[in-house]
Amino acid sequence: MLKILIGRILTTIPALIGVVVVSFLLTRVLPGDTAAYFAGPAATPQAIEEVRKKLGLDRPLPEQFASYVRDLSHGNLGQSLTTGQPVLSDIKARLPASAELTLFGLVLSLLIAVPLGIVAAVRQGSMIDHACRAIVTAGVSLPVFFTGLLLVYVFYFILQISPAPLGRLDVFASAPAEITGFYLLDSLLARDGATFRASFSQLLLPGVTLAIFALAPIARITRASMLSVLSMDFVRTARASGLSRRKVIMTYAFRNALLPVVTTLGMVFSFLLGANVLVEKVFAWPGIGSYAVEALIASDFAPVQGFVLAMAILYIVLNLLIDLSYRLIDPRMRASS
Amino acid sequence: MSRSPGTGAAILATLSHARYVISGNPVTAFAFMLLGLLLFCAVFGPWIVPFDPLASDTAATLKAPSLRHWFGTDALGRDVFSRVVAATRLDLAIAVFSVALVFAFGGLAGIAAGFFGGWTDRIVGRIADTIMAFPLFVLAMGIVAALGNTVTNIVIATAIINFPLYARVARTEASVRREAGFVMAARLSGNSELRIALTSILPNILPIMMVQMSLTMGYAILNAAGLSFIGLGVRPPMPEWGIMVAEGAGSIISGEWWLALFPGLALMLAVFCFNLIGDGLRDIVDPQRRT
Repeated sequence: MLKILIGRILTTIPALIGVVVVSFLLTRVLPGDTAAYFAGPAATPQAIEEVRKKLGLDRPLPEQFASYVRDLSHGNLGQSLTTGQPVLSDIKARLPASAELTLFGLVLSLLIAVPLGIVAAVRQGSMIDHACRAIVTAGVSLPVFFTGLLLVYVFYFILQISPAPLGRLDVFASAPAEITGFYLLDSLLARDGATFRASFSQLLLPGVTLAIFALAPIARITRASMLSVLSMDFVRTARASGLSRRKVIMTYAFRNALLPVVTTLGMVFSFLLGANVLVEKVFAWPGIGSYAVEALIASDFAPVQGFVLAMAILYIVLNLLIDLSYRLIDPRMRASS
Repeated sequence: MSRSPGTGAAILATLSHARYVISGNPVTAFAFMLLGLLLFCAVFGPWIVPFDPLASDTAATLKAPSLRHWFGTDALGRDVFSRVVAATRLDLAIAVFSVALVFAFGGLAGIAAGFFGGWTDRIVGRIADTIMAFPLFVLAMGIVAALGNTVTNIVIATAIINFPLYARVARTEASVRREAGFVMAARLSGNSELRIALTSILPNILPIMMVQMSLTMGYAILNAAGLSFIGLGVRPPMPEWGIMVAEGAGSIISGEWWLALFPGLALMLAVFCFNLIGDGLRDIVDPQRRT
C-alpha cells in the first residue's frame, strides 16, 4: 500500500515541474521592463540597471530559473507592495477563509446534487428528473458572480434575513481563538454559540452561491452514472433475488456508480477554485482570491503569481487525494495494483 | 481532394437529420432564434439603441426601469438598456475570437499529435497536461496579469485555457482515423503525410470540432465576463456585461437591482443559448452521444 502511495505521489512530479515552469514564465513576461517596473516611475536609467542586477534579470534565463526555484524551495514568493508583507505569510493567513468557504460550498452541493442525481436516475422521466435537468442546464449558464448578487439582493435587501455581504464576521464581533482557522470549527471548539451562529450566517450565502455553481456537474454525472449502472445485469440479478429496493439502489448500484462521480470532483475543484475568486469579490470575503484581485488592481504582481502557484499546487494535491480515494471506494483498484 | 467517398450524400443525410432533430426538438429551434437575436444585437446594436451607451445624463441618475428607460439608468444617468444591447458585440467578439484561436491552434496540434504520434504526441500531451494542472480561471487571471491588462490578452488567456479540450478531442478523432481506408488510399496515391493530415483528416473531424466550438463558446463568454468582473481587460466606460454587473454590484445592497440584473441576464441568456446549440449540434453530428 505504501509503495502504491509513493508511486502515485511520484506521478505528480511532472505536473509540479510544469506548474513551476509556467509560473516562472509568467513572472518573465510582465508587461514592459520588469526592472523598470520595480524601480518605480521616477527611476533614472542607472537606478533601473541597479534593480536589474539586484533582481538578477541581467543573467541568462536558466540561471534565473535556478534562483527562482531556490527561492521557491525556501518558501520565498516575494514581497507584496500593497501589504508590505512576504506573499507567503499573506497567503497562509488568508487561506483558511478560502478553504472554509470552498469546502462548505462543496459539501453543500454534494448533499443536494448526489441524492438529486440518484432520484432522477431511479425515477427516469419523472418530475424530479425534469427538475434535475432544468437545474443542470441553468446551473452551467449562470455566471457565479451574478447568482451571488441575486442572493444578496433577495436575502439581504428584500427579506433582510441575511447579514451584510461584508466578510466572515460582523465588524463588531471578534474572531474565535485560532485553532484550525475555520471559524465554524474554532467557535465550536471554543463552545461559543453566538460566534458560531454569526459566522454561519455570514458563510451561508457565499456557500450557497458556490454550491449552486457546483451542483450542475455533480448532479449530471451522478444521474448518468447511476443510469448506466442500473441497466447492468448484476442489478437485475439483485432485484430478481428479491433484495429490497433500497438495498439494490444504495448498496449495489450507488457504490458502483460512485467512481465517475469522484472522478468529476477533480473538474469540479478546478471550477470551484476559480469561482471562489469571484464569490470572494462579491461577498468581500477575506480569502486568497480577493487578495489576488486587490493585488491585480494595484498592479502588484508578486501576490498574483504567488496566488496562481499556490492554487495550482493546491489543485494538484486535491487531485492526488481524489485519486487515492478511488482505492477506498473500489476494491478492484486495490486488487489490481 | 481526397475525402471519404460519398461526401455529397453524407451532407444531404446530415441536413435531413438536422431538420429531423430541430423539428423534433423545439428547444434547439428556440436556441437558434436566440442566437439570431444575439447576432442582430451584435451587428446592429450600436445603431438601433435609443440612447448613446456612453452619454451620461446627470438629471436622470439611478432611475428605476420605466417606459423611457426600459432597464433604468446607472449612477451616471446612462441608459442601461442601450448599454446592455451595445455590449453584445464586444462580449460575442471576445468569445468568437478566443474560440477561433484555440480551434486553429488546439485543433491543429491535436491532429498532429493523433496523426503523427511519437514525439509530437508527447509534447502536445505535456503542454495540455500542464495547462490542466492549474485551476483554469486562476491560470487565465495569471496570464492576463502577466501579459498586460487588455482585451486582446483576455482573448489569448481564454484560448489558452481551452487548449487541452480542443487538442484532446482532435487527437482522439485523428488517431482513430490514422489507418482508415481513405487515409491508406491517399497514402498509396503518393500524398505526403502533412497533406493527408490537412486534406483527409481535418475535413473529417471538422463536424466534431464544430460541436466542441459551440459547447465552449458559452464557457468562453463566462470566463471573459468573470475576468472583466474582477477588473481585468475591459476598461470603463466601455459597455461589457461582466463589468456592468461589477459596477452594479455596489448598488445592489442599496436596492438598485436593475444595474446588475439586466447585464447579468443578458450574459446568462447568451451562455444558455450557446450551451443549447452545442447540445443540439452534438445530437446532429454525433447522435450516439445523445443523453
